[in-house]
Amino acid sequence: MSEATAIAASSPARPAGGDTTYKFRRLLEALLAPLLALLAAVILFSIFLLALGQSPADFVDLVWTGAFGSWFSWRNTLQRAAPLLLTSLCVALPGQLGLVVIGGEAAVVLGGLAATIAALPLVHTNPLLVWTVMAIAGAGMGALWIGLTGFLRARLAVNEVIASLVLAYIGIAVFNHLVEGVFRDPASLNKPSTYGIGDANMLGNVPWFDVHPGIPVGVIACVLCWVLIYRTSIGFAGRVTGGNIRAAQLQGLPVPRLIVMACALGGACAGLAGTIEVAAELGRANASLAAGYGYTGILIAFLARFNPLAIMPMAVLLGGLGAAGGLLQRRMGLPDATVQVLQGMIFVSILASDTIYGRIRWFQPRGSG
Amino acid sequence: MADVAALGTVGGAMLAGSLRVSTPFLFVSIGECLTEKSGRINLGNEGVLVLGAMVAYATSYETGSPWSGVLAAAAAGLVLGGLHGAVCSLARVNDVAMGIAIMLAGTGIAFFFGKPYIQPSAPLLPGIPLAWWSQSAQLRNALLVCPLFFLGIAAAVAMHWFFRATRMGLRIRIVGDSQDAALALGLPIDRTRFLATAAGSALAGIGGAFLSLYYPGSWNEGLSSGQGLMAVALVVFARWNPINCIYASLLFGAAGALGPSLQTVGVTWGYYLFYAAPYVVTLIVLIISARGGGSLRGMPGQLSIGR
Repeated sequence: MSEATAIAASSPARPAGGDTTYKFRRLLEALLAPLLALLAAVILFSIFLLALGQSPADFVDLVWTGAFGSWFSWRNTLQRAAPLLLTSLCVALPGQLGLVVIGGEAAVVLGGLAATIAALPLVHTNPLLVWTVMAIAGAGMGALWIGLTGFLRARLAVNEVIASLVLAYIGIAVFNHLVEGVFRDPASLNKPSTYGIGDANMLGNVPWFDVHPGIPVGVIACVLCWVLIYRTSIGFAGRVTGGNIRAAQLQGLPVPRLIVMACALGGACAGLAGTIEVAAELGRANASLAAGYGYTGILIAFLARFNPLAIMPMAVLLGGLGAAGGLLQRRMGLPDATVQVLQGMIFVSILASDTIYGRIRWFQPRGSG
Repeated sequence: MADVAALGTVGGAMLAGSLRVSTPFLFVSIGECLTEKSGRINLGNEGVLVLGAMVAYATSYETGSPWSGVLAAAAAGLVLGGLHGAVCSLARVNDVAMGIAIMLAGTGIAFFFGKPYIQPSAPLLPGIPLAWWSQSAQLRNALLVCPLFFLGIAAAVAMHWFFRATRMGLRIRIVGDSQDAALALGLPIDRTRFLATAAGSALAGIGGAFLSLYYPGSWNEGLSSGQGLMAVALVVFARWNPINCIYASLLFGAAGALGPSLQTVGVTWGYYLFYAAPYVVTLIVLIISARGGGSLRGMPGQLSIGR
């Protein structure tokens, strides 16, 4: 960290003295831009609802009730947000190094499958042992899969977007092959699944707080990743790589190793997301694991500008929208895809708002002279 | 002898399956090829495909004419692709992330408006019987080909010619290959990319129309199995050449048809692995060509995934 300050202080781009409010203005810019974009998306969506003869006020009211109105809806929201916290990290960590990894979905399903398979011989032992083994297997599998993307990028110069996309298809095919083949429970007729891990080994809600077990795991992972990125020298090296890879190489930073590490760590998070889905929700690995968490995670990571702390509110916001879907369907007679339309508008709007960064003079650093 | 017969059956079923399922791959991949040649990637074509399928089915149901459905699907693709193209023209907007946003928005809009059209049956596109001379019902069935397939091949050939021999095609290639050269020549970079993205998505929309109006030939929410996203891999495989896109689509289609055809002769193993085979090949192609030093041959220089 000390070297970071030293470099920053000697850099001529950084305003010397004088500009004491810059840090504050930069934070304000980072908060205002997405909020304005969110507002724009909501206005656009209101027009969409008005055109269909529905009341936007009722909609907002229902989303509020369905997502955050009661303890029950909060729980529902957090349950949906939990896997998103982890899958977003799978994009945010490599994102800090300037890579766009879009294959998190495969890490989720393969992580969930590996965790289930590892748990199967142990179902009659201690649940704590089962969970530990599942977490190691799931995170390890995820790390392996996304780490492979990182390896291809770092050592063989294969573009990570295409590599992760192609590997995602291969991973999901391998998953289907195993679930419908070797590991299939013959009793699962309509929906091929593996054998279950047993009711005794299911993760319950967190005691006292009664929230989904993925929430503490996800929050801890986000905080740890934030510390790693912004408060350690490895994280600093990663951010230098992301800022200017040539500079990082000239400095003698181990760029390939950093890339593989960031990808593997992100993959471990996504694998953990799959593990928790199995241990807390499904009890077995099946096609329900491929619920699109990997893809939503990509967008949350971009909305959070790859900052792990910003991932948390974004994941809760999108989890809340998802949780309100059922209520909207019952009360307003809107199809359940309504939420998806709103989500799409929010994503497009916030991603487009990236363009206003640095355009408004007031937010920019001011020279002292 | 039995083995040879079985092999023939599998081969025939694969050919038929390939002819049947390759059309959406073909349209989305030449659309994606056009967009990428201008230096931009569009992962949103998955959303365009689903929206195109819904719009085509709904239009065919309301007007009674499947061909107007195809046109409507192309128009829907034009609009959604235009949105992607317009937003990506803004500085600092990431085209990969934007594509995924468009993918979610497109499927969301399609599911929202498509709800009432899941039940009713719309008039579908007619097939062209290529085996009218044959007595075998199996062969006749296998060689009943959708007119969109031929349209797609014609479009691919036309696009190849367009890139090679027309002023407009050359301009798209310049914009896609070197922004500096395009600037020096005074070419309108943003407008070119916007138009290429919109036109590419219009083609992808026609691919969607095939799904709902020919095969499988109905509208439901699980219609697309990700052909829109796969098209990105397919274009890499085809090395950004529209003619190669035809072969690549047939190959990807055949790989998808291999599992079901093996099932007809009693082999039930490896269904999904055969399906994934083209992706493994794509990955190998990527690795081999990356080892040769730098970017892939044929890859547009300004493509964000190439840097």
